[in-house]
Formats: sequence, structure tokens, C-alpha cells
Amino acid sequence: MSDENAPEQKVKFYQKGTYTVGNRLVNVRQRSVQASMDRSNSLTCGHRACQGCGEALGARYAIDAAMRATNNQLIAINATGCLEVFTTPYPETSWQIPWMHSLFGNAAAVAAGVAAAMRVKGLKQVRTIAQGGDGGTMDIGFGCLSGMFERNDDVLYICYDNEAYMNTGVQRSSATPVAARTATTPAMGANPGNSFNSGKNLPLIAMAHNIPYVATASVAALHDLEAKVTRAMSLHGARYLHIHVPCPLGWGSAPHDTIQVARLAIKSGLFPLIEAEHGMVTATVPIRQPVPVTDYLKLQKRFAHLLRGGEENARKLAAIQTIADNNIKRFNLVRKEAPRV
Amino acid sequence: MLKQMEGSRAVAEAVGLCRPEVICAYPISPQTHIVEGLSELVKEGRIDNCEFINVESEFAALSVAIGSSAAGARSYTATASQGLLYMAEAVYNASGLGLPIVMTIGNRALGAPINIWNDHSDAMSMRDSGWIQLFAESNQEAVDLHIQAFRLAEEISCPVMVNMDGFILTHAYERIDMPRQEQVDAFLPPFEPIQMLDPARPVSIGAMVGPEVYAEVRYLAHYKHLQALERIPVIAEEFQARFGRASGGLIRPYRTEGAELIVLALGSVNGAIKDVVDQMRADGHKVGSITVCSFRPFPLDALRQLLQGVRRIVVVEKNLSLGIGGILANNVRMSLRGLEQPVFTVIAGLGGRPITMHGLQECFTKALAGTLEELHFLDLDWEIIRRELHHARSERRSGPVAENMLKLRLQGRSDV
Ligand SMILES: Cc1ncc(C[n+]2csc(CCOP(=O)(O)OP(=O)(O)O)c2C)c(N)n1
Ligand code: SF4
Ligand SMILES: [Mg+2]
Repeated sequence: MSDENAPEQKVKFYQKGTYTVGNRLVNVRQRSVQASMDRSNSLTCGHRACQGCGEALGARYAIDAAMRATNNQLIAINATGCLEVFTTPYPETSWQIPWMHSLFGNAAAVAAGVAAAMRVKGLKQVRTIAQGGDGGTMDIGFGCLSGMFERNDDVLYICYDNEAYMNTGVQRSSATPVAARTATTPAMGANPGNSFNSGKNLPLIAMAHNIPYVATASVAALHDLEAKVTRAMSLHGARYLHIHVPCPLGWGSAPHDTIQVARLAIKSGLFPLIEAEHGMVTATVPIRQPVPVTDYLKLQKRFAHLLRGGEENARKLAAIQTIADNNIKRFNLVRKEAPRV
Repeated sequence: MLKQMEGSRAVAEAVGLCRPEVICAYPISPQTHIVEGLSELVKEGRIDNCEFINVESEFAALSVAIGSSAAGARSYTATASQGLLYMAEAVYNASGLGLPIVMTIGNRALGAPINIWNDHSDAMSMRDSGWIQLFAESNQEAVDLHIQAFRLAEEISCPVMVNMDGFILTHAYERIDMPRQEQVDAFLPPFEPIQMLDPARPVSIGAMVGPEVYAEVRYLAHYKHLQALERIPVIAEEFQARFGRASGGLIRPYRTEGAELIVLALGSVNGAIKDVVDQMRADGHKVGSITVCSFRPFPLDALRQLLQGVRRIVVVEKNLSLGIGGILANNVRMSLRGLEQPVFTVIAGLGGRPITMHGLQECFTKALAGTLEELHFLDLDWEIIRRELHHARSERRSGPVAENMLKLRLQGRSDV
């Protein structure tokens, strides 16, 4: 981290073609990694993500922050999924770091192998991250992930949660919210969209492994995201970061609304921002004024069928509101502190 | 040094002599004793500078090895049967990525019905995976093949599977000439990958490849096997020069001079076959055999040279490709393309069924007399099969055949 007396950072505009000066106007300490001219640009321009892709944004911030935290001594393992496909169409690559893709369901195990190789070679300074989508993390890669947690391998696993199998064309995963329309939970019949299942809360499951660090983050809170990556990289052992990344294509939201949608997920209580160490919650990002879940849902076509009125829909919306309210209760999110988001 | 020891323990010690840096372990019979042995060797400090990782599945075992190998560490794992199937996706991935991992298979049948005993169905299921597949005839050869396997894998950047018959070898106590560390060190230089995951030289590995070059990439993977065809005999010769015994190579002919009948097989059954060959030679029959040590790459030319002009060829194999027959026999036929020699298949030893010298000799005698069927099942109990087929015809029933047969037995119904 740069200190207060450090020379003013030189201003450089964001990646090609934008005029955003962003947080270079704020105090040096508070500036994001992305604001630095020295950022690694680990995931550089030219990749094939859709416009407004939350996953591309989240990955860029997360990896650059991890690079800064490790003095650029980083190796990344990527599960199959959008991030892998849009970054490495042969013969091009957007990755400026040592990066490997093996399979859909084994990123955590492959990363454990890399970490083992670094240990045996005495390269303590080289750190390993694994990354994948919600499907690669919570469904098909879950066994490998739990094994990596339980062995406390020195790996930071980052899940980019866009709440469905996007790379194959938006199919339901265990992260798909109730009622959401996907290609395999169409908005048809008596119960349109995803079923009202009990869900799967991976951050809590990760915490149940008592690993050194678990956190949730969002592309709507990029400073917070970077801080969490930095914290994660200051620790050793198995660490887990779950980032909420809207997918305009899959969610039916406008590409320019990606940040807004992500922010409303936080503000409604549907996506709580938490941090935990060794199984205990250590911090949460407070919500000063919660918004109703419908504010979040109405920006996304995947929920359009819920908002067409009628008793049944009202009941379902109330159920979704209850999910948000329970999150707020569980993590005591509504507090008077100054909101960070 | 000569030692009396279990095959699995011998392999564990041999792998240890190869200075592995990462070992991934998951239990499955009949391979388990190998990783147990390795865990001891690592814990005792007899293998130093090695990470021994207990993983949660075979899929993870090979995946961890993929990561460690890509990061430049010599990596090893072992499995069998269901475990090999469970890691199938990673098996193809490891070879596609050109990672020189060595893996032992304690060969075992595949379920259902679940069966823990020996045959070669597991290895055959991965025959097109791009791994080099070597088969050990004895525990001594299993030891020697592992040392050669690391050398070969790292020379051509391709993973190697060393197959040893489950129980028959893995659990057998035999006298082993265990190489010394200095000998192995002189034969096997440290692993120096051409490319690896390294922050000083960032590369992207495992990118998506489309129709424009996928076929070329696959051809180059095939080309590695063509290279292996040349390197395997060279490495075996060097091994012999250093260690003083012949082990490995592509194929090993036995008493094939002037043979009218040649028998081919993979693995430990070659011991029994050689004994039968000796007996039949003693009785004046012109019989010989060939041990096929390298199944992938398949030594088409070496076999063609030896088999040309041989009147009868019998392949004894411990696998059955349902709907066509024996896999090794079909490969042997390929080596004889254009020639008019019949190749007889004897399916034997499935699911651990003992292969007797008597049974083999009967087959070979029939082959010489020209009365062996093209696809013969050694010691099949036709009575059970007829009974089951009869009931299947008379009662419309679906479901697991093994359970049906069991039910019939329990009911004591011998009506046919
Ligand atoms: C074993 C296996 N099954 C299925 C697939 C097909 N597949 C590739 S990517 C993908 C979806 C990825 O979803 P997710 O992990 O959520 O990542 P996203 O694309 O949404 O970022 C699927 C189903 C595969 N490559 N491998
Ligand atoms: S489909 Fe979604 S996750 Fe995939 S690149 Fe497009 S916006 Fe990103
Ligand atoms: Mg997804």
C-alpha cells in the first residue's frame, strides 16, 4: 500500500478508450489498485466478454489486486466457463500472468497441485489462485473444492457467481435464485422459472471447513473487493472469495446496469457482503436503508414473469423478500454505520 | 540388492528412487498398498523433498498431479478400475497438456457387477487417451518399468501408465533386485520441463482450440507415440546396460524361432504362457510366444516382422470389447494388414478367473489343429449361460443379469 506522503500517482486513463479518471481524485490511501498506473493489467483488453460482463470486471479487479498483494508472484488456475473461454480463444490470450485451464470441475485440485509444487521447490513467495464460475465451483467442482479446503492447501479460490451456467447458454445451477428463468427452468407452466428450492450457500459451507478466510464481494463494491483480495493474500492456507457478478446476457439486464443491479442485490439483502476467519464472521458491510427486492428483480428479464401481478406472484415475491430479510437478520446487516456501498 | 517383498511395496520403493516431488494418493484395491507404502517412505523421510497429498477422489488425484506437473514438479499417482474411470476426464487432459505424469494401474475388472479382481478392462478403457501404456510381466519388471517410465515421460513430454496385474502382481511376494539410488540418479536426470507455470515467464496453458488447428494438435500428440516407439527400445537397452537385466522394450519374443504358432499376451499371464510353450516345445510342437510390453504406442512393425509367415496366431487377453471381441487381437490384426493369417482370440481371466496352464495348452493344441474358434472364451460355464438365456426368453424380465442368476440359484431351479 502506498503511504500518504508518497508522490502523487500519475494519472492514466482506464484501459483503452475510456475517459474515466475514477478514484485517482481521492486520497492516495483510498485509491483502488485499478487506479494505479502500475497495476498489472493481468487480464488485459481484447478478450471476448459481452458488454457489461460482471465476471470480466470482477476478475480484472480481483487478479490485479492479488498481483499487487503478491508482488506479481501469482499463478492462476481457471475452471472451464465464460472467463476461460472469453479470455483464451486460440491463438490469443488476455492473461499476462502464468495461467492454466485444465477442466471444468478440477480447478481447486489443480491449484492444490501447483501450490504443492511451489512448496516442494521452496518458492514460498509464489502464490496460487483458482477461479471459476458458480457451476464450476458449487456444482461440478464442489468435491475438489471441499477437498482443497479440508486439506487447507495454500490456495485462494475465487468464485465468480453469475447464478447460472452462462458459457453453455444460461442453464440453471445450484446458485440460480428461486423463480429465475434460465434455459432449463423456462418461465412456463404453473411454476415458471427455477423451483423454490432450499438453495446452497457456499460461503457458509466454506466457513464450515474452518478455513482461514472466507468472504463475499461484489462488482458494485470494488474497493471492498480489492481489500478482501488483499486480506486474503496476506493469509496462508485455503481461502475462499465469492464474488457476485451480474451477467447481462443471462439475467436480461442492460449492460450499462451491471453495477446498479449488483448494488441492488446488496442493498436488498439478497447478497450480503461478509468476511469470516476460521469459521467466525469478522465483518459485514452494513446496509443503511434496505430496498425492497422488487427494485432488484425488476431490472432483470429473468424475473419478468414474477412481476405480472396476481396472487401467486405476490406470494412468491413475499417469499423472496423473506430470503432477503433473513439474510439481513442472520448477519445483522441493517446498522446505522456509514454505508460503504 | 535382492529382497523378498510384495509387488506393491517394491513399486513404492522404485517410485521413491525416482525422487518424485508430488504424490497424490487415493485408496482402491488392488493398488492401495502402493500409496500406503509411499506414505510410509515419505513420512520416514526416505523420500525427501516430496509432498504426499491425500486427496478426496481419483479425479482430484490426477488433477493435483496435473497442477504440480505443470508447475514443474515430478508427479506420481496410482489407481485401478473404478478409480481410473472416475478420473477419465483428467486422464485425457493430462496427455492433451503433455504432462509427464507417471501413474501405476493395479489392473482390475470394471463394474457392474462390481469385481475387485484382476483383468485388463480398466487399462483398455483408456487405450485412446494418449497415455503411453506399458504392461509389466513380473514384479521385477514393474519396478524397472517405473524407472524407465519417468525417463520416457519426461523425454517426450507425455504421461505414462505402468500396468501391473492386480493381486497377481501387486500382492505377490517375489524376490526383487532393488536398484540403488545412485544407479537410478545416473539413469534418470532431474525433471526440467520445456514450459511451466512460472511468474518469471508467464504463459497461458490449456487454451481453447478450434477446428483450425485441433487436428494438428492431435496429430502432434500421435507423433509423440511414434517417437516413443523409437525411444522405448533405446531406453530399455540403456537400462539393461546400467542395471544388468532386460526389462521393458516394445515386445519380448520367447522361443519364436521356426514357430508355427505364436501366442501373444499382455502382463503376468505371459509367465504361464511361457511354461506352456516349454512343455509343448518339449512335446515337439513348434510354439513360441511374444510378451507385448508396450500396448500404447502399439508396436505394429516390430510385431509384423515376427509374425509374418507364422501359420497360427493366438492372442490371450484379459478384456472383452462387448460387441466385437478382444482389443489386443484387433491391434495384432492391424499389424498383419494385407497378410492372410488368421488371428485367434482367447478371452481369459476376466474378473480374476484363474487361467490354468491346462486350459491354455488345450487352446493352443486346438489352434495348431485348426479347430479353435476365432473368438474363444476360456473355461466359460455354458451351463449358467444357457440357463439364464432360457429364463430370459421365457419370462420377460429386465434388470441386472448377475442378480437374476443369483436368484435362480437361490431358488434351486435347475430346469433348463
Ligand atoms: C465435465 C463437463 N461438463 C460440462 C461442460 C460444459 N460446460 C462448459 S462451461 C459450462 C458452464 C459454466 O458455468 P459456470 O461455472 O457457472 O461459469 P460461467 O460460464 O457462468 O461463468 C458448462 C456446463 C464441460 N466443459 N465439462
Ligand atoms: S454470458 Fe454473461 S458471464 Fe458470459 S461473457 Fe457474457 S456477460 Fe459475461
Ligand atoms: Mg455461472
